[in-house]
Amino acid sequence: MRLVAEAVGVRIGRTVILGNVSLDLGPGAFVGLVGPNGAGKTTLLRILAGLLPATTGRLTVDGRAMASVRRDERARRLAALFQGAGVGWPMRVSEIVALGRLPHRRAFAALGDADRAAIARAMRLADVAHLADRAEPTLSSGERMRVLLARALAVEAEILLADEPITALDPAHQLDAMTLLRAISRRGIGVVAVLHDLTLAARFCDRIIVMEDGRLVADDRPDAALTDGLLASAFGVAAHRGTAFDGTRYILPWERSGPGTKEMG
Amino acid sequence: MKALLPRASASARSRLAGAGLIVIAAALVAALVLASVAIGYAAFDVPSAMADLLAGRTTLPALVLWELRIPRALLGALVGFSLGLTGAVLQGYLRNPLADPGILGISSAAALGAVMVFYGGLAGSLSLALPLGGIAGAALAALGINLLAARGTGTLGLILAGVGLSSLAGALTALALNLAPNSYAALEIVFWLMGSLADRSMDHVWLCLPLMGLGWILMLSTARALDALALGEDTAASLGFDLVSVRLRIVTGAALAVGSGVAVSGAVGFVGLVVPHLVRPLVGSRPGASLWPSGLLGAALVLGADIAIRLLPSRPELKLGVITALVGAPFLIGLLFRRQGRT
Repeated sequence: MRLVAEAVGVRIGRTVILGNVSLDLGPGAFVGLVGPNGAGKTTLLRILAGLLPATTGRLTVDGRAMASVRRDERARRLAALFQGAGVGWPMRVSEIVALGRLPHRRAFAALGDADRAAIARAMRLADVAHLADRAEPTLSSGERMRVLLARALAVEAEILLADEPITALDPAHQLDAMTLLRAISRRGIGVVAVLHDLTLAARFCDRIIVMEDGRLVADDRPDAALTDGLLASAFGVAAHRGTAFDGTRYILPWERSGPGTKEMG
Repeated sequence: MKALLPRASASARSRLAGAGLIVIAAALVAALVLASVAIGYAAFDVPSAMADLLAGRTTLPALVLWELRIPRALLGALVGFSLGLTGAVLQGYLRNPLADPGILGISSAAALGAVMVFYGGLAGSLSLALPLGGIAGAALAALGINLLAARGTGTLGLILAGVGLSSLAGALTALALNLAPNSYAALEIVFWLMGSLADRSMDHVWLCLPLMGLGWILMLSTARALDALALGEDTAASLGFDLVSVRLRIVTGAALAVGSGVAVSGAVGFVGLVVPHLVRPLVGSRPGASLWPSGLLGAALVLGADIAIRLLPSRPELKLGVITALVGAPFLIGLLFRRQGRT
C-alpha cells in the first residue's frame, strides 16, 4: 500500500494549520514524525489516517483519492493508535485487543477463527498474551501502551499510524516500544510514529520527517534529516553527537541554541 | 498457540454468559409483567378474566384486564426498557458513568411539552393530548440538539447543548407552574411530573410502542460503535465508524424512546442512570454488550417499583418517579463513594 500526500494542507478560517505537505509512505519502513509542539504532527497523522479531510492538496491510497476509499476498507488497511483518550471502561485486555477486529467483522457476526488468530498474533507480538484476562485499570502505563498497540496490530493493516506511542513510558519501556515498532516494520508494515525523543527517533527510525509551523522541513534518513542547522531552526536546540559503546552514532539534544539562532536555518 | 486456547474459551464463556444474562433478564421481565397484571387493588381472578377477554366477552373483569391491568404492565416494561437502554447507550457514547437519559434535555423538553398541554387546558378535551404534547416537546428537543451539536463530532458540545436545553425547559416548566391559574392546576402538574403508570390505557401503549421500537432499533444499531468508542473518538473513527451517523442515531433514538416514555408516564428518574452500573460488571464492562441487559433490567426495575407502589399501604398511591428516586439516589451516592475509593 502506498499512501501519498501531495501538497496537502489544512486551514481553519485564515489560519494555516498545515501547509503544502508532500510525502510518500509505503510498506516496511519505520518513519519517525518529529517537530516541536504545535508543528502540526498530530494534524498530519489524522489526515493520513483519513480522519480529517485536507482542505487543499490530494491524499491518495494506491493512486485512489482517500475520500473515495470506503470507510471500512480504509479501516482494514490503515490502523491508527491514539492514546490520549485511554480506555473508557474497565474492560478485559483480550476484549480491548479484539476491538481491532471490528473493521473485519460483518454486522452482528461474532469473532471468527481468523479474528481470534489475529488477536493472538497481535497479543504475542506486543507481549501482552499473559495479560489477556486482566482488567484495564490494573495495568501499568507500559502494559497499557502495549495493550493499545496490540489492539492496533490486531487490525493487521498495511500501515500503522501511531500518535506519541512512547511519551508516557519509562526509559526501559521506551526502548522496548521502539524495538517493537521497528520489528513490526520489518514484518512489512509501514509504521509512522509521532515522537518527541530525538535520540530514540534517530536511533530506531529508518526515516525522519520533521515538521515546523505546519510545514514539512525535512524528510530523509535520520542523520541527513536531523542536521545541526535544522535542530537549531526547528527545535531551538543544539545537540551533542557521539558514538555509543556498540559503535552506533547518536544525537542528544543538549542545550537550547541561543536567541537569534532561529535565523540561522 | 497453546496460550490461545484458554483465551478463546474465555471469550466464548463470556459470550455465553452474556446470552445467559439476557435470557434470565427476559424471563424476569416476563414474570414481573404477569405479576403486575395479577397484583392490583381489588381481588381479581386473572385466568377467568383472560378467558373472558380471549373469548370476546365484555365482562367487567375482562374490561379491567384490558383497560387497566395490561396497559399498566406493558407500559412499565416499555418505559423501563427505554430508560435502561438509553442510559446504557448514553453512558457508553459519552464515556461517562454519570450520564443518564435526562442529560440531553429530552426528558425535560418532553415534560415541558406535556405541561404546556396541561396549561393550555387541552388535557381534558382529548385523552392523548398530554402524551402528544410530550412527544412534540421531545421531537423539538431532538431537532434542537442535533442542530446545536451538528458541527464537529465532539461529545462535549452535545453535553453542553443538552445541559442548556434542560435548563431552558426546566425554567419554562417553572414559569408555567408559577403562572398556573389556580393551585389545583399547579398541583396536578407537579403530580404528573413525578411520574406514574396509573390509569393509562391501551391507547397510550399503541401511541408509544412504535416510537419506542424505532428508537430501540436506532440505539441498538450503535452497539459496535460504542465498543470502539471506549478507545476514544479518533480510534473509533479509525476503526471505520461514521461518528456523525452514530450521534444522529443515538440522539434520535433517545428522543424517540425517552420522549415517548416521559410523554406517557411522566418523568421516572434514576432507572437509566443506575441500571447500566448493575449490568456492566456482569458483561465485562463492554458498552455494546450492556445494551440488551440494561434495557431488560430497566424494565424489571420499573415493573418492580410499580408493583411495590400497589403493595404499599400509602393512599393515594406513591408516584413511580418518587419510588425510583428513593431507591436510586442512595445507590448513586454509594457509587460515588466507591469511585472515590478507587482513584
